Amino acid sequence: MSHKTLTIALAGNPNSGKTTIFNNITGTRQKVGNWPGVTVEKKVGTVNKFGYELKIIDLPGTYSLTPFSIEEIIARNYVLDEKPDVVIDIIDASNLERSLYLATQLREIDCNVLFALNMADLARTRGMKIDGQKLSELLDVPVVFTVGNKNEGIDALLKQTVELAESEVKRPKRRNVKYSKDIEESIIRLKQFIDEKTDGDLPYNTRWTAIKLIEDDKIVKDRVVQKTGDVAQQILQVAQTLRKHLTDRFDDDPQIVMTDERYGFIAGIIKEVQTASTKQRIDISRNIDLVLTNRFIGFPIFIFFIWAMFQLTFTLGDYPVQWIDIGVGRLSASFDRILPDNLFKDLLVNGIIAGVGSVIVFLPNILILFFCIALFEDTGYLARSAFLMDKIMHLIGLHGKSFIPMLMGFGCNVPAIMAARTLESEKDRILTILITPFMSCSAKLPVYIILAGAFFGAKAGTVIFAMYVAGIVVSIITGRLFRSTLLKGADAPFVMELPPYRVPMLKSLLIHMWDRSKIFLKRMSKVILIGSIVVWALSAFPRNVQFSKDYSAETYNVITYYEAEKKSAAEPERIELDKKQQAAVDELLRAKQAEKTEKSVIGRIGKIVAPLFEPIGIDWRGGVSLLTGFVAKEIVISTLGVLHAVQIDDESEALKNAFLAAGMTKISALAMMVFVLLYLPCLATTAAIRRETGSYRWMFLSIGYSTAIAWIMAFFVYQGGRLLGYN
Amino acid sequence: MRLSEMKEGQSATVVRVGGNGILRRRILEMGILKGAEVYVEKYAPLKDPLELIVKGYHVTLRVEEAAQIIVDNVK
Repeated sequence: MSHKTLTIALAGNPNSGKTTIFNNITGTRQKVGNWPGVTVEKKVGTVNKFGYELKIIDLPGTYSLTPFSIEEIIARNYVLDEKPDVVIDIIDASNLERSLYLATQLREIDCNVLFALNMADLARTRGMKIDGQKLSELLDVPVVFTVGNKNEGIDALLKQTVELAESEVKRPKRRNVKYSKDIEESIIRLKQFIDEKTDGDLPYNTRWTAIKLIEDDKIVKDRVVQKTGDVAQQILQVAQTLRKHLTDRFDDDPQIVMTDERYGFIAGIIKEVQTASTKQRIDISRNIDLVLTNRFIGFPIFIFFIWAMFQLTFTLGDYPVQWIDIGVGRLSASFDRILPDNLFKDLLVNGIIAGVGSVIVFLPNILILFFCIALFEDTGYLARSAFLMDKIMHLIGLHGKSFIPMLMGFGCNVPAIMAARTLESEKDRILTILITPFMSCSAKLPVYIILAGAFFGAKAGTVIFAMYVAGIVVSIITGRLFRSTLLKGADAPFVMELPPYRVPMLKSLLIHMWDRSKIFLKRMSKVILIGSIVVWALSAFPRNVQFSKDYSAETYNVITYYEAEKKSAAEPERIELDKKQQAAVDELLRAKQAEKTEKSVIGRIGKIVAPLFEPIGIDWRGGVSLLTGFVAKEIVISTLGVLHAVQIDDESEALKNAFLAAGMTKISALAMMVFVLLYLPCLATTAAIRRETGSYRWMFLSIGYSTAIAWIMAFFVYQGGRLLGYN
Repeated sequence: MRLSEMKEGQSATVVRVGGNGILRRRILEMGILKGAEVYVEKYAPLKDPLELIVKGYHVTLRVEEAAQIIVDNVK
């Protein structure tokens, strides 16, 4: 049996419990994607009810439908263009007055709207009584009471929704906001003019169009031009004249006066439907804030929470990370055993499994981090953390909410960049994403440890700490630079609601966590797969390297030599000789590997670009390792090991000697560390930047900018150091 | 008096909201408009931003934004 499909959009203020209701209706049958062209999450779910297939769309939470923020534009365009069968406006009953602002705007658009008065239980405990019947009569809109987090009233809501969608009778002229005389006259005049001129060409309610034109709404103006062609100029002309008349009359912009009057209209409704409004909330939430945003202990507690989140993500998460690491290792080892030595095996084991494996290992970190962030978000603490941190972040030209993504960057940039989703303003989000990679991630630490350990001995700790500080300084400078150039313009207003604290629902947290992690898995793995294959191919080809000496023959000679020695030796010496033989064979093997890498495509590229690295004190081996570091930063060290033909272990004494033999100095080691700190983000991070900014432009900017900065800084360190006489 | 000059625990009535287009309209849309009662709940530990109670809910503004709001009847 085929069901009839109804499209239902959920609209509402942020924190109105919209997402909880959406989760309750659709459960796990939801698809999360992005709205076209932007990185605002779009959630769609379907459910079969009363013989209908209900397609539910969760619109972004907004306070208004003015076209200022991307969320508002999305929500409004959806209602205008997709014409859903019903729009459910989820209203936080304990915040009725402010919620009705969005509600009156939805009514003006003239869509099939229904109010869900959510969390009425909470309103009641705060001494508020709402007469739903009366509200329904006054605005001529069906009203249903719901308690989202207890799943109450959801069935009734859906039932009403279906009834509303199916009501054949065109509803009588609904009650709308009535503006003051002058504005009302202007609206009517413009509406009549539009009606006459367009003859129904305009697919929107003409009263609404008139209102928006008087409000000087740019998007609506463009649309009128688009849809009506020639007469558009006449319409805009009339609107302009009326606007001017009203501006003179009120000595203020008409849109400001109209905002005022909408609230006036709402105040009238509130008087009739709401009794015993409490002015201040003397409730648990306020008491919690006495502690959590306290002048003295607010920050210590915040730091504790962040520390706990960090620990959970990277310390607790480290156990499953290791299991996955071991699992990936075993998988690659077993393929190594099963398959015959050929190109395909090399691709599978060293290309695909190694590359994808290096990303999959992040999954536990990402799951835990997103769980923590969902917890912060759903309890209402995230808004408080922005409240605490805004002053500091604002100095860099950022929003208080940028702090958490930047901090997470010290762990891993991939989840950090994804955490920037919590920022509403696109400019803030892009800026945060661009400067997060300068937070020195944990994968860079092994590189510092080896280099600083080899060259700075007892001072290694200080040098490493200086790296972290340098990263922060560069991010601050970058933030200010971009804020005053590429991402110029007034900051988005900070005006932010501090919602009451709520006990989070586990189901919501898990859905939230999984939705975001799924995006990571799906999108990242594609890019990573391609990227790792490319890097593998560069280091695996050409297959037939002309070696400078015959390694097999030399190995054979070594073995024959020691076998002969062992025959004539006594028992204790034989063990000693065994060891020596193994070491000699290993050395030949490493030399062969080093030569193979040197003569591979990537090795040749490294030699070609070597002049670029020369001014910053990095030889071609360093250059090649930095190139391979694009896959993952920790690879820099293993490539260095391969190229210097030494075994890397915890002691790294051999590598240090090799560095010294290759002519590296303290100052060139420092330059290399600076370069590693700042140069282009790893493949996974690059993919995340592309994904989260929604454009290749920002990705390439990030790559180009960071690499340029890295080179310049390393140049100053190396050349400056040499000038000062350090060597 | 400017809203940004109010102390913690004081309440007042909004007289006028100034500022540029987007900021001004956003403040108005959040219910901070002429005649509205505002109560300064607290300032953040670093004295910026500040937390207000208006129309029964809590909202936070930067001090520079609050400086655009003129209030009267401070108690």
